[in-house]
Amino acid sequence: MNAGAPVLEVRDLTKSYGGVRAVDGVSFDVAAGELLALIGPNGAGKSTCFNIVNGQLRPDAGAVRLGGRVITGLPPRRIAALGVGRTFQVAAVFGSMTAAQNVQTALAAARGGTFDLWRPARRLGREQALDLLAQTGMAAQADRPASTLAYGDVKRLELAMALAGEPRLLLMDEPTAGMAGTERREMIALVQALTRARGLAVLFTEHSMDVVFGHADRVIVLARGRLIANGGVDEVRRDPLVREVYLGGAPTEARP
Amino acid sequence: MSLDSLLFQAVNGLASASGLFLVAAGLSIIFGVTRIVNMAHGSFYMLGLYLAVTLAPALSPWIGGAAGFWGGILVATLAVALLGALVEMVLLRRLYRAPELYQLLATFALLLVISDAVLFLWGPEDILGPRAPGLSGAVDLLGRRLPQYDLFLALAGPAVLLGLHLLLRRTRFGRLIRAATQDREMVAALGINEALLFTAVFALGAGVAGLGGALQMAREPANLAIDLSVLGDAFVVVVVGGMGSISGAYLAAVLVAEVKALCTALGVVDIAGYAFNMSRLTLVAEFLVMALVLILRPHGLFGRPQPPATTRARAEPAPAPLGRRGAVLVLVAVALFAAVPLIGQFFAYAPVLALDMVIAALFAASLHFIMGPGGMASFGHAAYFGLGAYGAAFAATRLGAPTPLAFAMGIGTAAMGATLFGWFCVRLEGVYFAMLTLAFAQIVWSIVYQWEEVTGGSNGMFGVWPQAPFDEPAGLYLAALAVTLAGLFLIRRVVFAPFGFALRAGRDSSLRAEASGIPVARVRWLAFALAGTLCGAAGALFAFAKGSISPEAISVGRSIDGLVMVLLGGVQSLMGPVLGAGGFTLLQDMVMRETDYWRALLGAVILAVVLLFPSGIAGGLRRAGNAR
Ligand SMILES: Nc1ncnc2c1ncn2[C@@H]1O[C@H](COP(=O)(O)OP(=O)(O)OP(=O)(O)O)[C@@H](O)[C@H]1O
Ligand SMILES: [Mg+2]
Repeated sequence: MNAGAPVLEVRDLTKSYGGVRAVDGVSFDVAAGELLALIGPNGAGKSTCFNIVNGQLRPDAGAVRLGGRVITGLPPRRIAALGVGRTFQVAAVFGSMTAAQNVQTALAAARGGTFDLWRPARRLGREQALDLLAQTGMAAQADRPASTLAYGDVKRLELAMALAGEPRLLLMDEPTAGMAGTERREMIALVQALTRARGLAVLFTEHSMDVVFGHADRVIVLARGRLIANGGVDEVRRDPLVREVYLGGAPTEARP
Repeated sequence: MSLDSLLFQAVNGLASASGLFLVAAGLSIIFGVTRIVNMAHGSFYMLGLYLAVTLAPALSPWIGGAAGFWGGILVATLAVALLGALVEMVLLRRLYRAPELYQLLATFALLLVISDAVLFLWGPEDILGPRAPGLSGAVDLLGRRLPQYDLFLALAGPAVLLGLHLLLRRTRFGRLIRAATQDREMVAALGINEALLFTAVFALGAGVAGLGGALQMAREPANLAIDLSVLGDAFVVVVVGGMGSISGAYLAAVLVAEVKALCTALGVVDIAGYAFNMSRLTLVAEFLVMALVLILRPHGLFGRPQPPATTRARAEPAPAPLGRRGAVLVLVAVALFAAVPLIGQFFAYAPVLALDMVIAALFAASLHFIMGPGGMASFGHAAYFGLGAYGAAFAATRLGAPTPLAFAMGIGTAAMGATLFGWFCVRLEGVYFAMLTLAFAQIVWSIVYQWEEVTGGSNGMFGVWPQAPFDEPAGLYLAALAVTLAGLFLIRRVVFAPFGFALRAGRDSSLRAEASGIPVARVRWLAFALAGTLCGAAGALFAFAKGSISPEAISVGRSIDGLVMVLLGGVQSLMGPVLGAGGFTLLQDMVMRETDYWRALLGAVILAVVLLFPSGIAGGLRRAGNAR
């Protein structure tokens, strides 16, 4: 694979709710091995962008290309099969299963085994599921019901499930929301390590600026649906427009 | 067919649409505020009709014919509204926090109780109402005579629509209703008396339905089947119009009623040399309208999509694999059931009862498969039982197919029905799913009821006796036991296979499942089809076991029996529905021989279960266990 070629190309995405332009002409790329942070105040349109890229929402205009192929308008399951894994802002896992079964179910889906009506699922993909859980620091929780996990562990489990599809592109909507300071840094360091090892392209949103400026390779900034900055960490940090957006009614942690 | 007969039927259709609209509007208003789908709404309509046909003749000698007629309608409407208020205060108030399924079951229990109360008070015969004084004539229009009362009813629908519109837009009460429909927390936060609002809304909804029934008195006789047929129609209307939209309900009611009227007007037409009696196709037409709307607009004409929930509010328990002790118990139970024919020599009745239990077990287990792991509580599972039974009966008697082939044809019929209807149903969630499954079951029932040449109509089909070696009680019983065990085994394998996990994944969080590459709708569809197929096997066995099949055996009541069996046994375990089916069959057998009012009794049992264990039987037992 050509190292610098973008895995994800987003072009002129637009999506309105009623009169509100949630996303307004947004374009950006993510390259393999790159950790791209998408930041912006509440309601800037970050989750909407994610939902369009993963197929949950259909844009009013614009295109999404994955490895050069147009995927706009495909349903989420097709986009998942093409190599896009995601986690949700409000973590979602399968509450009636253990952590390992959650990952096994995701593995079966990724391998096209969903319609296997006969073989017992208990052992199918178990080794690999345990391996993924170990990689996300969940080895000790593998056989606990997902509904009893602490919120931080649910987020890790979701990451393991997203990785089960062997994605090229990982979308993480606020991977550290609801976590304490150290746990946050651990989580993002984990993501960083995993992506380096696998050459993954990662797009993530984050409200905690120390996480963003400490770990992202590049930062793009959304405000009211428009892309107002795109560049290296230092460049964006110094950008007067970004400072203005964040200083006007910004949460304290927004200041780097 | 001529233009004037078309016009005649069009007016007729509008008159029917008004009645349908009144029921659907009440249903919609109540759902909007309380989030409860009132299964007893058709019963309010029926009560309005019965009260009116009784009150109008009773009042007339005192206050004159016209005043008696309209006064009867008014009093009937108010009485039903009052009953609605009472029901809300005594029953529903305890259920607002209960699981959806329990709310549906409780209001269905109410339907059963009201139905038997009407049977007790008015008897089983149809009752004809008086004609409307002053409106019993006809109007000449384009040389055709249109009944005045139909014209009046055709106008009554839009009038009520306008009245409701003004009520909702112009009054404080209406503003509260709209506020509560949009955001329930806000109403509580504003310090509004919620209890009073809910009671008033329920009274309003019930009263509107009662009015709809009372107005029909000059058009159709009061009869005991109306509650369910109106409920099924109202569900179709609400699903087509979009839940929560009053104008949508009117438009849908007109659409459905006019399509039916058009079929009637077309009469017998020639298509490719065959004569088709279109008036027989009214129900199929209703189905086609609904199907078309749902394909083009899955949330109905004026409905808005509900945002998908990321995860379920509460985590469902996992189905437990069988332990060593469980396996031993199952083996013992199977051995006992296999030995039943031996004791049959001493207790002649035992094999009959055991056969009923075995069939019920397969029926309940197939329902449980989509209800538990699938999270889809079907209120129309009887449809596939019926398709299986009728398919087998038709093949055995009319086609003269050998027993195993007839059995297979029954299963095939059910499989086709479940595949077709399932495609639509699995796209909906929660109460919408419940309503659509019930509507489809009602359509199957009506087709069976009306298509006399094939199904024997209301009498059903007789002489569905199996051939050797199944003509012996023991032969049939053992075959049924084998089929049921095979079905249970299949379900068990599927639940613990990747497919079963994918099914639960879609239930637990459909967003997560889709994002992981699971085609949730297709998984649900296959599960629905599989459940319908197994249910069809139970139905086919039933037809051979009884030697006959009639519409009554496949009515909505059977769907509800299935739900009660599953709930009695507990949703979380795969053995639950089997135990529930056994217990329910025993209970039914004991009670049914004692009383004519079995349905009211069943209703009372359901209400007791729901009120005593509002978080589910399993939850109740767990809480009792924790308290100790
Ligand atoms: N389903 C919807 N209907 C109407 N408006 C919506 C909907 N979803 C999002 N919006 C609006 O679109 C805008 C962007 O929302 P989005 O969730 O994408 O923001 P965000 O950047 O993810 O915010 P946050 O940081 O709070 O997660 C907001 O103004 C929001 O109110
Ligand atoms: Mg967001």
